[in-house]
Amino acid sequence: MADASDGHWEHFEHRADIGVRGVGDTLAEAFAQAAVALCAIVTDPARVRPREAVTLHCEAPDRELLLVDWLNALIFEMATRRMLFSRFDVHLEDGRLRARAWGEPLEVARHRPAVEVKGATYTELRVCRDAQGRWVAQCVVDV
Amino acid sequence: MDMNRLQPVSDNEWQIPPTGKMRVPGVIYADRALLEEMDDKVLEQLVNVATLPGIVRAAYAMPDAHWGYGFPIGGVAAFDPEDGVVSAGGVGFDISCGVRTLHTGLSAAQVRAVQQRLADALFHRIPAGVGSTGQLHLSPREMDAMLSGGARWAVERGLGEAADLARIEEGGCMPGADPAQVSARARQRQKDEMGTLGSGNHYLEVQRVAEIHDAGIAAAFGLHEGDIKVSIHCGSRGLGHQIGTEFLKRMVVDAARHGIDLPDRELACAPLASRLGQQYLGAMRAAINCALANREIITHLTREVFADLFPGSRLELLYDVSHNTCKEEEHRLDGQPRRLFVHRKGATRAFGPGHPALPAALREVGQPVLIGGTMGTASWILAGTREGMDKAFGSACHGAGRRMSRRQALRTWQGRQLKDALQAEGVLIRSPSSRGIAEEAPGAYKDVTAVVQAAHAAGLARRVAKLVPIICIKG
Repeated sequence: MADASDGHWEHFEHRADIGVRGVGDTLAEAFAQAAVALCAIVTDPARVRPREAVTLHCEAPDRELLLVDWLNALIFEMATRRMLFSRFDVHLEDGRLRARAWGEPLEVARHRPAVEVKGATYTELRVCRDAQGRWVAQCVVDV
Repeated sequence: MDMNRLQPVSDNEWQIPPTGKMRVPGVIYADRALLEEMDDKVLEQLVNVATLPGIVRAAYAMPDAHWGYGFPIGGVAAFDPEDGVVSAGGVGFDISCGVRTLHTGLSAAQVRAVQQRLADALFHRIPAGVGSTGQLHLSPREMDAMLSGGARWAVERGLGEAADLARIEEGGCMPGADPAQVSARARQRQKDEMGTLGSGNHYLEVQRVAEIHDAGIAAAFGLHEGDIKVSIHCGSRGLGHQIGTEFLKRMVVDAARHGIDLPDRELACAPLASRLGQQYLGAMRAAINCALANREIITHLTREVFADLFPGSRLELLYDVSHNTCKEEEHRLDGQPRRLFVHRKGATRAFGPGHPALPAALREVGQPVLIGGTMGTASWILAGTREGMDKAFGSACHGAGRRMSRRQALRTWQGRQLKDALQAEGVLIRSPSSRGIAEEAPGAYKDVTAVVQAAHAAGLARRVAKLVPIICIKG
């Protein structure tokens, strides 16, 4: 299990779009952090109160495809529920992901969302360990 | 960009000769200054596109090309129907994102007199920005009708005018759409999003014609200096994004089974002759119809706002272009007419004079090519040329193209200050997001005039008129 208080996330440069990167001691933590990075494209995660939880399931043939699936599942939930998320519990087992995403309904005045995310892409897609042995999960997302 | 890998053909055309797995050369249309600023990734991505099965003649990049995902944005590639492929990455997520421009019949003075009220009324009426919802909620049956009918469906429902249809690509209704290939999740994403603008670089602008560069074509297009026009830039919303997402994954997973060696997973594609390829074409065409219906509905809302403020005004459509598509078209290849599947990713169709797809009123002068600029600078209207038909399968640039990332733009500008500075110059910005304004700062984009000049000099399309914004509704 991992939540947003472990590891860290960051954005990386892409000329037209933006890259999301999650780093953590475990793969699950890196996936959870990548999700925070995704939500931070829309608004400052500190503004999003973790009041409601949504459960998600994903499955893919490899880790990289699973990361894209996970981020796309979140994009779908954000779009259809009109919610923003800020905290994630991610469990990974045999190429399957089970997660709970915590957040609240979008309030334009308070959250001041900058841009909606259209989809996670396979560009700069990497799920691997860095030189320090920490897990890194990253890709470019289309905004 | 590393200029050593490029061979100049002319001042505005550069070639990458085929090496390694490239089946055809790469061609970039741009002047030296644009090329030097262009990301090296454009070259890398163009080389990758040139390796795809069944590609014909060349992989092209337009003057506004920049690093995309899989294809460069500003990329054009055509494929043979028998041994070629269709690529979900080559179309992109925002399927049929495009621009339309409307005449208003109003003068700059008339609009200036009520500029604030018009800006506020448009912002109030047109749903824009993250999480905004439309007034229209489609039943499953209506969703199918919309996905098959496009703008024609909107007109039949009283949400558009019949005269618009001739001035939309494919007469406002993309044939071959197969709503059965559109998943439940894609439909769910669209449920509340009909008639919404979206966010990011999408906008609705009220513009003034500032310069005429080709008086003859401008007259045929109905463009005169000082005229007020409305331009709308948006796409197929959540439905298109979801279709792109789902088919990209299916094409990646099935690539090996189809015997396709992908140099980049984002180039995910399937043979045109395969079941998956045909399913994607059916879904993508339905998404094109969704985008056409969406722009028609936003036009309808715009007309209502203008009717309130300017009783008796009539907003007639000049033209509607789509940027992210794969379309079956006839082109001449080695002197022979051939059916080809032309991908345009962040590129505009630019058919030349005499093309049978153009409505009678435009056939003699060529297709209007609508180039979106940025909120502070300018937009352009060009016309397709005969020589452009051979240069890049009748295609031209689509916008300014970013030169700076969103992150860098946020570090450089503040939304509030930009809005005030533009207002001082007479441009009213209305947006739910001040951060969104900063990310879309005019300075974050290339000089649209240089891009247009390169497209003109390369012969892809002729410059006709320059338009400057006076109101911008930003998602």
